[in-house]
Amino acid sequence: MSWQPEVANLLSVLLILSGLALFGASRLAFGIRVVAVQGLGLGLLPVFAGAAGAHPSAWIMSGAAILLKAVVFPWLLLRAMRQAEVRHEVEPFVGFGLSIWIGIVLLAACVFASRSMAAWPGAPAGLPLPASFFLVLTGFFLITTRLKALTQTIGYLVLENGVFAFGTLLVPEAPRLLELAVLLDVLAAVFIMGIAIFHIHRKFDHIDTNRMNFLRDWRREENRPGARIAPEARP
Amino acid sequence: MIWALALFAPAAGALALLLRRPVLIRVWLVAAGLGQLLLAAAAMAAAPAPVWNGWLALDAAGKVLLGVISLLFFIASLYTYGYLRPERQADAKHESFALPAFASCLLFFLGAMTWVVLSQHLVLLWAAVEATTLSSAPLIYFHRSDRSLEATWKYLLLCSVGIALALLGTYFLAMAAGGSGSGLTVQELAASARSLHAPWLKGAWILLLVGYGTKMGLAPMHAWLPDAHSEAPSPVSALLSGALLSCAFLGIARAREVCAAAGQGAFAQYTLVALGLFSMLVAAVFILGQTDFKRMLAYSSIEHMGVLALGLGIGGAGIYASLLHAVNHSLAKAMMFLLAGNVLAAYGTKAIADVRGAGRLLPVSGPMWMAGFLALAGFPPFGLFWSEWLVLKAALNHGAWLAASLYLLFLLAVVIGMASSVVRMVQGALPAGWKEPLRERLWAVLPPALLGAGILLLGVYLPSFVRIALEQAAVLLGGAR
Repeated sequence: MSWQPEVANLLSVLLILSGLALFGASRLAFGIRVVAVQGLGLGLLPVFAGAAGAHPSAWIMSGAAILLKAVVFPWLLLRAMRQAEVRHEVEPFVGFGLSIWIGIVLLAACVFASRSMAAWPGAPAGLPLPASFFLVLTGFFLITTRLKALTQTIGYLVLENGVFAFGTLLVPEAPRLLELAVLLDVLAAVFIMGIAIFHIHRKFDHIDTNRMNFLRDWRREENRPGARIAPEARP
Repeated sequence: MIWALALFAPAAGALALLLRRPVLIRVWLVAAGLGQLLLAAAAMAAAPAPVWNGWLALDAAGKVLLGVISLLFFIASLYTYGYLRPERQADAKHESFALPAFASCLLFFLGAMTWVVLSQHLVLLWAAVEATTLSSAPLIYFHRSDRSLEATWKYLLLCSVGIALALLGTYFLAMAAGGSGSGLTVQELAASARSLHAPWLKGAWILLLVGYGTKMGLAPMHAWLPDAHSEAPSPVSALLSGALLSCAFLGIARAREVCAAAGQGAFAQYTLVALGLFSMLVAAVFILGQTDFKRMLAYSSIEHMGVLALGLGIGGAGIYASLLHAVNHSLAKAMMFLLAGNVLAAYGTKAIADVRGAGRLLPVSGPMWMAGFLALAGFPPFGLFWSEWLVLKAALNHGAWLAASLYLLFLLAVVIGMASSVVRMVQGALPAGWKEPLRERLWAVLPPALLGAGILLLGVYLPSFVRIALEQAAVLLGGAR
């Protein structure tokens, strides 16, 4: 099947572009749609470009991945977005213009790292390796530099997508059943994060994680002598 | 047998959702805890055969941790029975569904931890560890306070991200084994270890160490731990600290076993020793001058995880010491968190500065709090003295003088930091407003007393079945007595 590496490269380009788009995305709805497109691309991987070839199990995997990554996750995220009444990522720690430049630098670093890994036994040529690394770094970048809990969830999802891409493109031996267990875990994670975002919004009226800073060591108001807190107190 | 063990707790958790009467839910938790304990004991005695392509099996290391988890859960469920008394939860802002959901998550958490110790396949192990995060996150938010919500979010995000790296590490391990046709179970990897490709293996080790190290609370990936452990309800803190951290430790120990078999042991050991000592340093810094007693216990967990990593990194006899320490620490820390719950209930504050005269006000919990501190600090005759001493001995026998001296230095700093807080809390007259000591309830003092008796027993006399189990586990994980 000589067309497989070509398809893998093509889908990798899609993944890289979707990653780059996220660096400049300020509108949350746009970011979520990008993640949906990314999920669609990832879902096609097991059948068209998977290291194991187009087994029946690969079709099941593709179906599950498309259903979850392209439909269910974006739906959960959009729902959380509506509940939390946010539309934009405002004033992140790193501005959007600078973010795009950082994204390009990270992409270059990923390509460079993959080239230096080419000598490693079994390392694949072409774009799948840098694409999966790039998605992992994109996820990290979003989690560390964006303020909204929702964007951090998107970041987690992109990170997970990168790991998924690495797994399907490169590892032929991982049993599909266990891959499904992994997908199920991610589903539960996104679901619970969505609930947490809902609670954060209801309690604080915002979902800015930088403004959640009750918990720190030393010089804490409520730990001054005389200050009392009640959550676990007896009646 | 294995299937019964693997499915028991999740099934009990699902059934808990159907219960509506609070008293039934409390009884159900105790019954499920007892059931799990009996099942675990039966499985440990019967040595059941592996199931499901060998992906689920109870090996020597799994036995040790399964025993710890099941015992801790049963004792914590006894404590929870009293903890969830309606009058004690009267001022909590709960929705009607909160209690069944709490019990259900608690049992799913137990089930996920059971899967962690049973998993032989590394992808399955990963899925189980992630499941522990997801099932325990709602538990932290039980009190519906601002602070616990922040802790929950941090825990959820940091641990999920950290563990995602461990999955990448697992795939790296698959690449290392690429072409040799081996699966990703620990045995197959260790058996074909000689043919593993070194660069992939090293990358895998780093990613697995960072990933599972996040979950284990090794510094500098520990940021979530003090928050989650201090804001969670006390029985949950006891389980997080006593049982869950040891589960993550098992993940790292299994990865190290593969590395050592592949001849990359030295690389793995240096990184483990460095992370272990750094964790102890961070814990010591934050325990000195700590103002919150539950956070103090949380940092003490980071310190003890550092000891475990150090023992594992030294290897040889250090692995046995590490496992013994894991058991000791689980019992001691669970005891202390349950007692912290009693102190918190009596004083209504977590501020060390506001707690005085606990020895008078709480005639049972107060002295036990002091004894538990002595155990955690590594004083004889408690079990932790022996395990910390064995780690030191292993370090000296391997000529790791620098590591050994730093280890002693950090232990000393932690003891000083904790002593100044604990002693002040226990001593003093009855606090203002109290005429006579509190009459403590059996449900609140029996569980920590049981744990305390366990640590004392492990200190003065190590039962032979425990010793044999630990020795077998140490040999399995690549060490020796």
